[in-house]
Amino acid sequence: MSVSLEFLWMLAGAAIVTLIPRTLPLVLISRMKLPGYVMKFLKHVPLAVMAALVAQSVLTSGESWRSPADPEWLAFFPTLAVALLTRSLLLTVVAGVCFAALLGWLL
Amino acid sequence: MNSRTVETLTFRQGVVDCVPTLLGYLSIGFAAGVIEATAGMSLLEIGLLSLFLYAGSAQFITAGMVMAGAPIVSIVATVFIVNLRHLLMSAALAPKFVGYSPLKNFLIGAQLTDETFGVASGRLTGGERHADRWMFGLNITAHANWIIANLLGALLGGWIADPERYGLHYALPAMFIGLAAMIVTQRKQYKRDLLVIGCAVGGFALASLWLPGHLAVMAAAVLAAVAGAVTER
Repeated sequence: MSVSLEFLWMLAGAAIVTLIPRTLPLVLISRMKLPGYVMKFLKHVPLAVMAALVAQSVLTSGESWRSPADPEWLAFFPTLAVALLTRSLLLTVVAGVCFAALLGWLL
Repeated sequence: MNSRTVETLTFRQGVVDCVPTLLGYLSIGFAAGVIEATAGMSLLEIGLLSLFLYAGSAQFITAGMVMAGAPIVSIVATVFIVNLRHLLMSAALAPKFVGYSPLKNFLIGAQLTDETFGVASGRLTGGERHADRWMFGLNITAHANWIIANLLGALLGGWIADPERYGLHYALPAMFIGLAAMIVTQRKQYKRDLLVIGCAVGGFALASLWLPGHLAVMAAAVLAAVAGAVTER
């Protein structure tokens, strides 16, 4: 159990550059009256971010493209179906894990 | 607006709403812990990293760069770029936390992640009472789960071979799929939402030709949110 000085410097730097983008908009924007077009933009950010994260995690692995025959690719479709049918986040996660395991085992 | 009474949220409700995300971050945090231990970090260092950095992909990258002997400046710069997307999420949550003190909003933002953002933007409309307490319940549960997962990975990593075999790595993509689906089924603006999704996916595919994955996510999200906003009158 030890902490090196170099690690602490690295952690301090990494933590600060992470903290600023996380907190600054919440602290500042929540005190402003935003123009309508900014509000419209912000309203679409959640879906836009989630869809982009789905694209990243399903289409790519690291920095390279997945083959469409990858279990991660194929598991997307039944997982989405479960999400839309059940509208339950928990069931979607459990189903996704099962589909990925099953497809990984079959392929 | 209807005449429904204002909903009052609780810390406890936030804890409960965090539960569906636990498995996804447990498996990612476990994997991160394994890699951090492999990179030579001590258990205490891994605990501190999960407590103060608290960011999935950034921790993976940090571990990799530490292992490769990268200088501190380039690690910090990379972490900054990888975590820049929080700027967008923090801005999108801000209108739901109007009227809380700057300190409270700072603390709420300090524990913001992809998952807590996803859950919060699906759950909060901005009209609830005590949204701050709910958010702390969500955030603290997610953060505790993350720290535990990292430490477990560091301690037990050597014993569990190939977690991919059990599909656990898919908990995270499944969570993003679920969160996106919840937003679409709640808003019921299918045409515009399909456009937003199309732009996000297409934008990501295009942007990743030139940009590293994390910047491509951000570029795609900005493009898609702009597309959603301009098609709205």
